[in-house]
Amino acid sequence: MGEEDYYLELCERPVHFEKANPVNCVFFDEANKQVFAVRSGGATGVVVKGPEDRNPISFRMEDKGEVKCIKFSLENKILAVQRTSKTVVLPEKRNLKLLKSQNINVNWYMYCPEGAVILLSTTVLGNVLQPFYFRAGTMSKLPKFEIELPAVPKSTKLNLSERDIAMATIYGQLYVLFLRHHSRTSNSTGAEVVLYHLPREGACKKTHILKLSRTGKFALNVVDNLVVVHHQDTETSVIFDIKLRGEFDGTVTFHHPVLPARSIQPYQIPVAGPAPVTSQSPVPCKLYSSSWIVFQPDIIISASQGYLWNLQVKLQPIVNLLPDKGRLMDFLLQRKECKMVILSVCSQMLSESDRATLPVIATVFDKLNHEYKKYLDAEQSYTMALEAGQSRSSPLLKRPVRTQAVIDQSDMYTHVLSVFTEKKDMPHKFVIAVLMEYIRSLNQFQITVQHYLHELVIKTLVQHNLFYMLHQFLQYHVLSDSKPLACLLLSLESFYPPAHQLSLDMLKRLSTANDEIVEVLLSKHQVLAALRFIRGIGGHDNISARKFLDAAKQTEDNMLFYTIFRFFEQRNQRLRGNPNFTPGEHCEEHVAFFKQVFGDQALMRPTTF
Amino acid sequence: MLLNLLSFTCKEAEENKILFYHPNEVEKNEKIRNVGLCEAIVQFTRTFSPSKPAKSLHTQKNRQFFNEPEENFWMVMVVRNPIIEKQSKDGKPIVEYQEEELLDKVYSSVLQQCYSMYKLFNGTFLRAMEDGGVKLLKERLEKFFHRYLQTLHLQSCDLLDIFGGISFFPLDKMTYLKIQSFINRMEESLSIVKYTAFLYNDQLIWSGLEQDDMRILYKYLTTSLFPRHIEPELAGRDSPVRAEMPGNLQHYGRFLTGPLNLNDPEAKCRFPKIFVNTDDTYEALHLIVYKAMSAAVCFMIDASVQPTLDFCRRLDSIVGPQLTVLASDICEQFNVNKRMSGSEKEPQFKFIYFNHMNLAEKSTIHMRKTPSVSLTSVHPDLMKILGDINSDFTRVDEDEEVIVKAMSDYWVVGKKSDQRELYVILNQKNANLIEVNEEVKKLCATQFNNIFFLD
Repeated sequence: MGEEDYYLELCERPVHFEKANPVNCVFFDEANKQVFAVRSGGATGVVVKGPEDRNPISFRMEDKGEVKCIKFSLENKILAVQRTSKTVVLPEKRNLKLLKSQNINVNWYMYCPEGAVILLSTTVLGNVLQPFYFRAGTMSKLPKFEIELPAVPKSTKLNLSERDIAMATIYGQLYVLFLRHHSRTSNSTGAEVVLYHLPREGACKKTHILKLSRTGKFALNVVDNLVVVHHQDTETSVIFDIKLRGEFDGTVTFHHPVLPARSIQPYQIPVAGPAPVTSQSPVPCKLYSSSWIVFQPDIIISASQGYLWNLQVKLQPIVNLLPDKGRLMDFLLQRKECKMVILSVCSQMLSESDRATLPVIATVFDKLNHEYKKYLDAEQSYTMALEAGQSRSSPLLKRPVRTQAVIDQSDMYTHVLSVFTEKKDMPHKFVIAVLMEYIRSLNQFQITVQHYLHELVIKTLVQHNLFYMLHQFLQYHVLSDSKPLACLLLSLESFYPPAHQLSLDMLKRLSTANDEIVEVLLSKHQVLAALRFIRGIGGHDNISARKFLDAAKQTEDNMLFYTIFRFFEQRNQRLRGNPNFTPGEHCEEHVAFFKQVFGDQALMRPTTF
Repeated sequence: MLLNLLSFTCKEAEENKILFYHPNEVEKNEKIRNVGLCEAIVQFTRTFSPSKPAKSLHTQKNRQFFNEPEENFWMVMVVRNPIIEKQSKDGKPIVEYQEEELLDKVYSSVLQQCYSMYKLFNGTFLRAMEDGGVKLLKERLEKFFHRYLQTLHLQSCDLLDIFGGISFFPLDKMTYLKIQSFINRMEESLSIVKYTAFLYNDQLIWSGLEQDDMRILYKYLTTSLFPRHIEPELAGRDSPVRAEMPGNLQHYGRFLTGPLNLNDPEAKCRFPKIFVNTDDTYEALHLIVYKAMSAAVCFMIDASVQPTLDFCRRLDSIVGPQLTVLASDICEQFNVNKRMSGSEKEPQFKFIYFNHMNLAEKSTIHMRKTPSVSLTSVHPDLMKILGDINSDFTRVDEDEEVIVKAMSDYWVVGKKSDQRELYVILNQKNANLIEVNEEVKKLCATQFNNIFFLD
């Protein structure tokens, strides 16, 4: 198995602590994610390490007997030590206040710090769970719910063990995960993980079932909203994504592993000790060891080796393990660090060797643009709410977060499309089909297409002399009007004369480019057309006479010059009551030329009243 | 009206000169004499204008049109002037020829079209000569024109024949992109397809062929192939045929060329052969025309590949369902756009528009073309005025505008702006020049506001 095959790995910089032994007890606090190494009951030292704080806290305390549990309060302010089953000692003197009391028979409890929810196992079988929710110093009782046990239990002893229950936040929602070793339905073998959605309000509901198709010892983690199920017998893990499409039976969605089972990537333990002393090579770490303890959401602790790791998902290897590109995109778009991987998938599916079919490419583009559009819409409603006078500090108004899953046009252009169109060996039909597919997808989601994408289409068409195709695209306004595009078209006129007309049409439609139209016409010596155009839009009182007279003179058509000259004389008459040009208009040479060709008497006489 | 259509080459002598002569029954010597005369005329006029020899010859009874489509190959068409029979004072009928009725440009264009159509299905004259000498060329001409002349209806030719334009189907961007996507996917799945064209309601939406080739193919499709299939459609004989086929979506696709019944194992997969890009790459292609409801797709594949029945079945199963969905999408979208733009309520102007750049043509004067005649809604006299204005426009490069008060109460306006021409016929009693001008401005503002068309 090559390295590119493992999609789960242990983090590179684990928390290292003194391994558990008869004189050193190790504790883990899930709330603060801290490991406590307590030597000789604390007398010879307590070392506390967390994944965030690289500076361990060390202290000593009196040995007053075996420590059963040790924890810091939030921000390490208060230390609590439990030595007997019914007393908790706070080393400093504090006042505790009983806020609320509930009287319930409890088999065991489980606390989820992320969700601030405590779960109590009640009843004889233990399968009725009572959640409580803590918020701002209050505790609220949530509706209790029953975990469906695999089969009707024969005995009336505790049937639900806390080992088979976990709580985790997946896609922002709190779930209770139940590892059911045997399916309820007789026809399917193998264990399954049942997900109960635990909302802050309303009843807890069974929503998802993850089919493991195997039996044995399992452990659960949740990483990047994925449920990871480790299987000790085979020393492999599988991942589930509850957002991916599964089989829905009307109440519950059944999921299968996203990918084939794989081991966590082999891990080398760096050999401790001062560097010059050790010459040993790193030792391979025993994975799926029976001494591993797994905590939510993503923590694996090996007490015997003295390590705490965070489990991580590697996205790049998944690209090759998930052949269905649509499903791959659905999967990647939900991951935190997905952007570069998604872009590499796009590049790959357009490459000569791994080329996907157009329908697949279209599906991928649609999925990307769906996500992109969602963000644009959120952005827009945020801006509109601000404009409507809503305060920035209003709790209802949140600036939308741009996740890595938002792949915009500029990302696609820079990382995928511009590189793709540059490839020499790519059949141009395919290149154009891909560009059009991307433009179609953007249009379908009503996203305004950026002009650089249009330029890319034009460039590709021009490179292959496909001017008639270009003409047709423009005819149907597939390439949206813009000044840069109109200018680009003008520059193509020498290769393809109709580009001139296309460009003028575009400038006309823009309706903000009247000056450009006049310039284009004058450069083509179409002086009369330019004048008629400017008159048609009512701008002829503000144009420079000199500019038009210059252009008319250049045509060497004296009658045209006469017409243009006369037009401006009439304008002068109308505006100033005198046909003569003012010195500011700098038309002296044209007046001289006019006199020279047509004679002094041809000049218009001022109308006298 | 058609007296003769003949073709000759200056490369051969005597009898071999004559490549084609209609009517064929004419006695051989007369054929030789007439061809000789034609050759003499073009050679003689060439001395005055080497690059542009005579295009037409006007005589009292008829007009002759000359065209040299390929070097040393000539085509000549002789058309009879219209006749009016009058009673003389003594009661005898006199035949009077109307020498000024026919428009040169219309019939020269028709003659050119004859050649283009021949070339589309047979390739160039020169190629035939190279492949099989005069004999082969003669055979091809005979075979082609024998059928083609029956479809030539000279009396209904007009301005539109000069333009030889293409009517484009108006469509919103999104639907157009869907069609693009469809075409690209089809070309990918049916990898032997080299070019594709897409039409809806006999109007073009996409052409993978170059403009000149598309122009003549469009002419063939809209005046010959499609009309031939209208009647069975109207009779409802083309309801979904393959509904009974297992595993197949019900669809309305069917071949207009090629196999009629895919379930018949003996079905022939013969498709018309066409020749495109004859100036450079000279490609021979099979023309597969496939239609679902109002949407027609032309798939063109290299002639060296012989499409099999399996291929046709595969095409049918891939294209049929998708094209059916697409056709109904287009129809729906078109109706939505029509309602939104309110074009149903607009006053009906009678006009013809043509753009030389993309060959786009639009006429509210012509009714739907049938295989036999193109029906116009205006009097032939007015059509002739349009033709005359067009001739005027051809003579100069500048933009121009002509307003004509015709007999009766009609005004005819012709406008030329850059490469575009617009002809409007107005029927407004007692209207004056200024009012007519205003009306035309109004038309331009509603119909042509998205193009650069000078007022």
